[in-house]
Amino acid sequence: MKQTEISSERNSSTDAQNLEPWTNPTVVGKPLPRVDGYERVSGSAIYPADLILPDMLHAAILRCPHPHAIVKNLNTEAARKSPGVRAIVSSADPEGKLVIPYPWWVPEGPPVLLFDQHCRYQGEEVAALAADTPYQAYDALRLMKVEYEELSHLLHAQDALKPGQPLLHNTGNLVRRPDTYQRGDLAKGFGEADVLVEETYETSCEIHATVETHVAVARWEGEQLTVWVPTQAIYEEQKSLAATLRLPVSSVRVISQYVGGSFGCKAELSKHTLIAALLARKTRRPVKLALSREESFLCAGNRPPNVMCLKAGAKKDGSLTALEFTNLGAVGAYADWADAAGWAAGSYACPNIRTQDTEVYINAGKARAFRGPGAAQSAWALEQMIDMLADKIGMDPVEFRLKNVPATHPRTGEPYTSIELRECLLKGAEAFGWTKARVARASSSDPVKRGVGVASCRWITEGGPPTTVIVTLFPDGSATLNMAAADQGTGTKTIMAMVVAEELGIPLQKIHVEHADTGTTQYGKSGGGSHSVMVYAPAVRAAAADVKRQLLEIAAGELKRPAIELSLKDGKIVPVREPGQPKNLSELKDLTRREQIAGIGHPPPEPKGRLIASFGAQFAEVEVNVHTGEIRVIRLLACHDSGRVMNPLTHESQIFGGMVMGIGFALTEQRVLDDHQTGRMVNANWHDYKIPTAKDVPFDQLCLTIDPKDAECNSAGAKGVGEIGTVPTAPAIANAVYHATGIRVTQAPISPMQMLALLAARREAR
Amino acid sequence: MTRNVAITVNGTERRASVEPRLLLVHFLRENAGLTGTHIGCETSLCGACTVLMDGRAVKSCTVLAVQADGRQVTTVEGLASGDQLHPIQEGFWEEHGLQCGFCTPGMIMCSHDLLGHNSNPSDGEIREALNGNICRCTGYQNIVAAVKNAARKMSKPIAARAGAR
Repeated sequence: MKQTEISSERNSSTDAQNLEPWTNPTVVGKPLPRVDGYERVSGSAIYPADLILPDMLHAAILRCPHPHAIVKNLNTEAARKSPGVRAIVSSADPEGKLVIPYPWWVPEGPPVLLFDQHCRYQGEEVAALAADTPYQAYDALRLMKVEYEELSHLLHAQDALKPGQPLLHNTGNLVRRPDTYQRGDLAKGFGEADVLVEETYETSCEIHATVETHVAVARWEGEQLTVWVPTQAIYEEQKSLAATLRLPVSSVRVISQYVGGSFGCKAELSKHTLIAALLARKTRRPVKLALSREESFLCAGNRPPNVMCLKAGAKKDGSLTALEFTNLGAVGAYADWADAAGWAAGSYACPNIRTQDTEVYINAGKARAFRGPGAAQSAWALEQMIDMLADKIGMDPVEFRLKNVPATHPRTGEPYTSIELRECLLKGAEAFGWTKARVARASSSDPVKRGVGVASCRWITEGGPPTTVIVTLFPDGSATLNMAAADQGTGTKTIMAMVVAEELGIPLQKIHVEHADTGTTQYGKSGGGSHSVMVYAPAVRAAAADVKRQLLEIAAGELKRPAIELSLKDGKIVPVREPGQPKNLSELKDLTRREQIAGIGHPPPEPKGRLIASFGAQFAEVEVNVHTGEIRVIRLLACHDSGRVMNPLTHESQIFGGMVMGIGFALTEQRVLDDHQTGRMVNANWHDYKIPTAKDVPFDQLCLTIDPKDAECNSAGAKGVGEIGTVPTAPAIANAVYHATGIRVTQAPISPMQMLALLAARREAR
Repeated sequence: MTRNVAITVNGTERRASVEPRLLLVHFLRENAGLTGTHIGCETSLCGACTVLMDGRAVKSCTVLAVQADGRQVTTVEGLASGDQLHPIQEGFWEEHGLQCGFCTPGMIMCSHDLLGHNSNPSDGEIREALNGNICRCTGYQNIVAAVKNAARKMSKPIAARAGAR
């Protein structure tokens, strides 16, 4: 009877779903080191590339060396006879025609065939094989003979819709109907403006360049497929694999134990994963397929390049009157997103706006979501535009931004659960010493010019269901947290363990967090879009609260006092009011009999009529050497409103990492395609594609926060931080370069060569 | 064609018959089963595979296994004594000098080399020493802090360190 009561109560566990954010947390909010730190510093963390399964084979992929070609003939005979080779798959096999589904956030696109004889990007998969050793696999690849018919290629978005250009798909080169947004009256807005500015901005294609390349290990047990991949999205990959292989979803298990960085590039099914599964099925042996660095540069995702034309007007008092933002983005050879303009419509309070995003195909590897996708490119243009307007009316750029901070979401009019953008700008400027730094300039004879710049940012986040989390408590006071959130390096596991510790009052060391695994963890949203904390912290808290409620029920029965008079502290049952002997959980006979208590949690629905967004402002100080064109970022300061900071260590690390990625975006990172001849990427390696090293980043970096005490966003009061940290950095640097030199650099990255050319052009113009 | 090698890895001699082209990093990962040494680029650009050879940091993707014949190699797995992590490993953990952890073993081994000849490096010296190791996650700030943390610990006598824990 009692059991029935408990379970009926559990079904209506509304208490756990309607928790208020903690007012005085003892674990959450503390700078605690990672719960999986030991594994990561000791070398014992097993990334998918580290798996060594009995009888395992190693696979490698033959890729098209041309940006656009037809495979006329493929001869695999010599490769088949090469030592150690066990299986080959190519377009000659029925599996070669398998179609890989697009992830849910890309609603449609031309079919992606596993081995398409019409190769649309350099690195497109032509065939693959599995051999006993990786060396044998690569030896055999060289024996494959392919006859290509090279086609003329299309490399630039600006050319894609012109007549006479190669067509990538029979539907043409346009990805989707251009997305247009409009509010107010643009002509009226421009008419009301005291100043108008017009400018075209460009961003370069940036590669995620995670230190771990993409890897898949596949093993079949009968009709049951298990795949180990580093991924942010085990359930997305499971669903796509099952659909492609026409298997029941339950026959595919995807495990993501450790992820060596992702930033968006490991969140959808990749061809190499399917290839590993096919070769494993053919050979009935486990297969590992690890991409090389070059492969990961060519065909594992990127931030698409954008060309953005802006026109904006403002009054002398600093209020924005109108903004027109037209963006053209190149998604690569298959459908994805390359938007930027639409973001700008939600940034500032501006009554008259028109934005248009047009996306086209080019002969290059497909884009994937990349940290602050769209928002980072949009900010490069908009945040420089804001500076130009401020400059033109002689207003301080911080003051100009403060003038235009929106009260509600400018597109929908919906209020935010919290918005501290104003405070971020003010506190950041104060701590940076903005006003003083703005005035101080290097003497004119010094070739090294100093300048400071600012940019602000916003990232809309979304929590809510569907997601299921289970917390299991054992009589010895230890607990297991079962959730589908992979930890791609952000610290999700640590933060969620802290939520369990907060709620159950047990030490962090006694909480074990399961790896994301569709075979053992329940359905959960993928970790992306800065929503891991938004989705999982409320779910984990609800599950832990469910455990606590059940535990106190048991204790109440045994101690013969109402559950409401009992609480859980340091892993013991203690009376709330009058002093009494704490009771160890192991002394609770009912608990010992049950062996464990399992609590189930879901994230409550999103608040109605409210939007949730993180905000921030970043400040940069640069030195520009006008003799060499070199730019050094010597100081970065971030002030962010991400809601509650769950763990200052992980939060700060997200911001530092985001800002350093922004330095790369602003100054060095660029996919270079050989325009005139081959159309191939000429810098598909870490020597020629420059990402910042420890020497390229400022010693002086500071991360400040504003906690809005947001009680509406969710039961953790947190809004997420992963994406936003990289969004404003590059334009803040560009604005600082303008402050230092008086030169507006519109094209990212600001290489020394570009800087020198612009300096030379100015000298000549004078 | 294979060659016999005898490489002492973390104090244990490992004999094997290897292809002359076999990279040390593949020997360590495939033959010795020590997967803490990661592969990021196989072209000596990222430093994820950094190990110590006769005490000095080398990128094991640019050393052939046959070149390591007769040498002493230390990988990240060889730093701890039993359950007691090396102070550099503790430093990376305590200071949050990591996110995804993939570059971490290489960073730790490279820091080991640095602290072996400079017990109290400045920020600039740390950044110079780690210049060949790429991290895409952390922005390097806390990695520098981790090396300083380790330098502080290593300058104290071992007994004092144990007491402090």
